[in-house]
Amino acid sequence: MKLESLCNSLSLKVITGDTEREFSGVYVGDFLSRAMTCVKQDYLWITIMTNSNVIAVASLTDAAAVLLAEDVVLLPDALEAARENGITILSSSLDAYRLCLHIGKLLEES
Amino acid sequence: MIEMPDTLKFHFDVDGSDFSSAGEASVVVKKKLRQLGYPADIIRKVSIAMYEGEINMVIHANGGTAEVEIHENEIVIILSDHGPGIPDVNLAMQEGYSTARENIRVLGFGAGMGLPNMKKYTDYMKIDTKVGEGTTITMKVYL
Repeated sequence: MKLESLCNSLSLKVITGDTEREFSGVYVGDFLSRAMTCVKQDYLWITIMTNSNVIAVASLTDAAAVLLAEDVVLLPDALEAARENGITILSSSLDAYRLCLHIGKLLEES
Repeated sequence: MIEMPDTLKFHFDVDGSDFSSAGEASVVVKKKLRQLGYPADIIRKVSIAMYEGEINMVIHANGGTAEVEIHENEIVIILSDHGPGIPDVNLAMQEGYSTARENIRVLGFGAGMGLPNMKKYTDYMKIDTKVGEGTTITMKVYL
């Protein structure tokens, strides 16, 4: 599924980056070492972490995008790092559980 | 004909005072490996192992150095620090065991997966550590 369709369906905010990429799976988690091994290439990573290490992990894992739940806001240096590294950052007011419910339904339908 | 050197070497100083830049050396190495055309699974293994090592040096040892050597048959990562050393390596190697403080955990670190991930994603890992003097970890990913 394309990130763009996801953004439209769930009214996600695009904080930075493009939404042209497809995502092939989803991982939810805030421990960076776990995310490092569980976020696979082209995955959507849902988290509430906002520091710049999130960008390092997203970059190293080749995640399709980071989706920030619960309207958390990236710290300024993290936002700058995301822009520099071309990482797509999305945001939603929903919590991770509700985001997963919606995304699961969308993937089932597609 | 252009001859490639037998070994490519990279050196990084890992700043122990700045969490926001932790992982930078790993990102640079990943980009280099990708430019050189290495397979995605090799890049992933090196990225994970080096990132965990880099983070450990920032959390526990006030930084250190990272040497990455790309040989014909293997990629070697050598991480050295002058931190407190690891008193019980077997305990530190257990998944979930962490001595990271609460202020570190809130940043998303301290899952106790650092050393186990480094071992899991490399083909060879050796830990030389002395309490009060520091730690050197050598990891190899075979090509």
